[in-house]
Amino acid sequence: MSTETGRVVEARLGPVEQIPLGEGRAFLVGDEPVAVFRPRSGGLHALRAICPHRGGPLADGLTDGEVVVCPLHQHQFSLTDGSCATGAPDATAYSAREEDGELVVRLR
Amino acid sequence: MRRLVVVGNGMSGARALEEILARGGDEQFAITVFGDEPYGNYNRILLSEVLANAADEAVDDDDADDLYLNPLDWYDENGITLHAGVRIVRIDRHAKVVLGDDGSVTPYDVLVLATGSRSFFPPMEGMWASNTELTRGVFGFRSLDDATNMLRHVQGRHSAVVIGGGLLGLEAAAGLQAHGVAVHVVHPTEVLMNQQLEAEASKVLRSKLEQMGMHLHLGVKTNEILTSDGSVSGVRFTDGSELACDMVVVTAGIRPNIGLAMVSGLETQRAIVVDDTMRSVDDDAIFAVGECAQHRGEVYGVVGPLWEQAAVLADVVTGADPHAEYHGSRLATKLKVAGVDVAQMGVKAPERESDEFVQFSETGRGVYQTVVIRDGTLIGATLVGDVSKVAALTQAFDSRSALPEERVRLLFDLGAAGDASAAADLPDDTQICHCNGVSKGDLVACVEHGAESVSACMTQTRASKGCGSCKGLVKEVVEAALGGAGAEDPADSYYVPGIPLDKPTLMREIRERGLRSVSAVFAALAPDGNEHVGSKMGLTALLRMMWPDEFVDERDGRFINDRVHANIQRDGTFSVVPRMSGGVTDAAQLRRIADVAEKHDIPMIKLTGGQRIDLLGVPKEKLQEVWRDLDMPSGWAYGKSFRTVKTCVGTDFCRFGLGDSTRLGIDLEERYKGIEGPAKMKLAVSGCPRNCAESMVKDVGLVAVEGRPGGSTQWQIYVGGAAGATVRKGDVLATVDTHADALRLTGRFLQYYRENANWLERTYDFVPRMGLDHIIGVVVDDTEGIAAELDARMQESVDRYADPWATDQVDRTPGQFHDALPLVPLPQVPVRGAAR
Repeated sequence: MSTETGRVVEARLGPVEQIPLGEGRAFLVGDEPVAVFRPRSGGLHALRAICPHRGGPLADGLTDGEVVVCPLHQHQFSLTDGSCATGAPDATAYSAREEDGELVVRLR
Repeated sequence: MRRLVVVGNGMSGARALEEILARGGDEQFAITVFGDEPYGNYNRILLSEVLANAADEAVDDDDADDLYLNPLDWYDENGITLHAGVRIVRIDRHAKVVLGDDGSVTPYDVLVLATGSRSFFPPMEGMWASNTELTRGVFGFRSLDDATNMLRHVQGRHSAVVIGGGLLGLEAAAGLQAHGVAVHVVHPTEVLMNQQLEAEASKVLRSKLEQMGMHLHLGVKTNEILTSDGSVSGVRFTDGSELACDMVVVTAGIRPNIGLAMVSGLETQRAIVVDDTMRSVDDDAIFAVGECAQHRGEVYGVVGPLWEQAAVLADVVTGADPHAEYHGSRLATKLKVAGVDVAQMGVKAPERESDEFVQFSETGRGVYQTVVIRDGTLIGATLVGDVSKVAALTQAFDSRSALPEERVRLLFDLGAAGDASAAADLPDDTQICHCNGVSKGDLVACVEHGAESVSACMTQTRASKGCGSCKGLVKEVVEAALGGAGAEDPADSYYVPGIPLDKPTLMREIRERGLRSVSAVFAALAPDGNEHVGSKMGLTALLRMMWPDEFVDERDGRFINDRVHANIQRDGTFSVVPRMSGGVTDAAQLRRIADVAEKHDIPMIKLTGGQRIDLLGVPKEKLQEVWRDLDMPSGWAYGKSFRTVKTCVGTDFCRFGLGDSTRLGIDLEERYKGIEGPAKMKLAVSGCPRNCAESMVKDVGLVAVEGRPGGSTQWQIYVGGAAGATVRKGDVLATVDTHADALRLTGRFLQYYRENANWLERTYDFVPRMGLDHIIGVVVDDTEGIAAELDARMQESVDRYADPWATDQVDRTPGQFHDALPLVPLPQVPVRGAAR
């Protein structure tokens, strides 16, 4: 875990298999809640875990390779940049990658 | 300051005053009002209620507060001088003063005549005791005094005759009937309320009134009021026959009060003649409004036009809009005549060869409806008994808007959800989707920014993504914005948006290719093999139905509710509803639920509409523990699935019960529990036609009915009912003799629905879309020879059922019940106990 002026910016969060294929799970990076998604089409994506619309749990949302749908009011957010296509504010996007089978999330 | 004098303190005088005050008239004028009734002004329309009111001193009653439009204080507060009980007898137009019967002389700069009208008493032997006094027991029905005098007189009387079967007469009749007297209505033609209704409509009203015990004498004229000792004792008709009674109410029409105008030299015909500014044609300082005014040959006797006239008058008098003009009113009235709803607007019947006439008559129920259309515009409508469509009709009538191609849609919601109003004509700020607050303008903007399909607009605005009941209207709006027929959206026929196939084709492909998982379907059938998030749930449901055994369960194809077998709430917690078949529980079960609620600090325990108990506010990571402690099976309150069977108490306890609805409800629920489908399925069983379980508004509803003579109780099976975002009465699928038949046909219908309904299509849309006759053919009469297969496939689903709360005591995926909102303290909902 590395820090920059005391704030956690990157964290290793354990095996990637904690996230079932095609789903998302929530993690804490320092005190930031982050939803990480693992699409069947490959790759890893991270967004702030709390829906900017009404605080819904994005990690519980359905996803495909492109977007996650918040389970509360069906707003859709891009997995890559957090932008919202359905009129809610954009979600904050973070970066996630796999290193030696381990999940690494970086706050940007 | 200029002086404004208003003569007449009825509804039109008061309305004119209010409109004048609203335009700052109190700053321009010293206002004086004369009314010959000694009250503040009151709502004459409510007089029939005063009469029906059992309290004999209605005026002193608290309820009478509602009657007064403006109490006496109102005049004080607005600086208006009110002379109640003073009658103006002459206008001196040269001196510009009005002379009162109390000797007063009041100057004016502007004079408003709102003298209204009075009862017309046809010349008749025995009517009058003196020149000014009616025979004791004879009444008009026009003023508060009339009503209170009648109330005083009616006590202890047995029989009343009402002369004149117009609106007012029928209201008087109903009011008197409420006091327990036998009421006879005498009307000179066969058509009651002939001002508003044509003969057929009148007939329906007539039979309703007769059912209520009113005696109607139609085509009969009265020519004498019989008296004894100076009081009414009966009436004699022109054919010489007599009818004994102890009171007579005369409602043979009204006549405008124009005596004052006549003696003062103003032009009067049927009423005081005014121009488009409501000004007397003879005198620029004098205006007339309401029932005493004659405008372009019309004299109006209902309030609608009066409101419009008063506004124009006030605009002109105060100078707020000196060019305001009144151009006459299109009459639309809605009223309750003796408890029967009646609405009428425009013409009563077709007048020209080319007029379209749509007529619906159901005399048994007392319903009669017609519309008259000329050149594509609604010019008249009459509704008796059922006025549910009056709002839409009035709108079409007033705005002369485009009408649905199938004219009958003006009178009925045919089948499915959706609004038949012309989408293109709706104003931009009309809210289309009430769940997500999407207006017509939002949808149109979407199209203007390049959206090319209904589904694209739905995705971008989330319109119809809530309850879904506005989907039809959204489609209409978007299609209109796209330019009508050119905008045919092939995606509308897809079962799910991400796979370009309709349901039958999709099912055939899935079967032929042996696709058993959601990812396999995407790979084989989606464009470029891409996953599509909005298609996953629908595919999961379809595959589970098609492959009860061999389905490859990919949990990412499920909505969160179906991943954790609970219903997600606004704060990310879940609700837990255990199965309680037929809504029947016992003490031990209740005790256990109570223990669980206490142990887990459940923030709210609520009874559901489906007769179960809902434990709300359970965090995801505690679900398994709550289920374990409950030791009850899942009630599937979260799924697109068979939910619950609501029942009444049936034969065990209810003294009316014909069939054992509780037993049948439990058996249905135990058999079909958790069966998944395109949408949720809610059922009910009622033990008799009183229908306490509300069976007619369920996806499948059963009602026990008395069988044929000598036979046993039968079950009527209704399908396609709804009472949620859409309300629809179910259609009778079949009437069966046995409990077993009821179970089997219910299952067969549900299986047919599962296999043929579109994703999220509830039975209330499915049944009308397929056609009831077709469904009866397939499900009951087996016209397609597939009944046995449907039964077998349903049986397979029933046999494979496993309680998800039991099977998922062990995590099915890593972190299945993992907290998705770390650091957010849950529940966020307030903890609510029972009302104390």
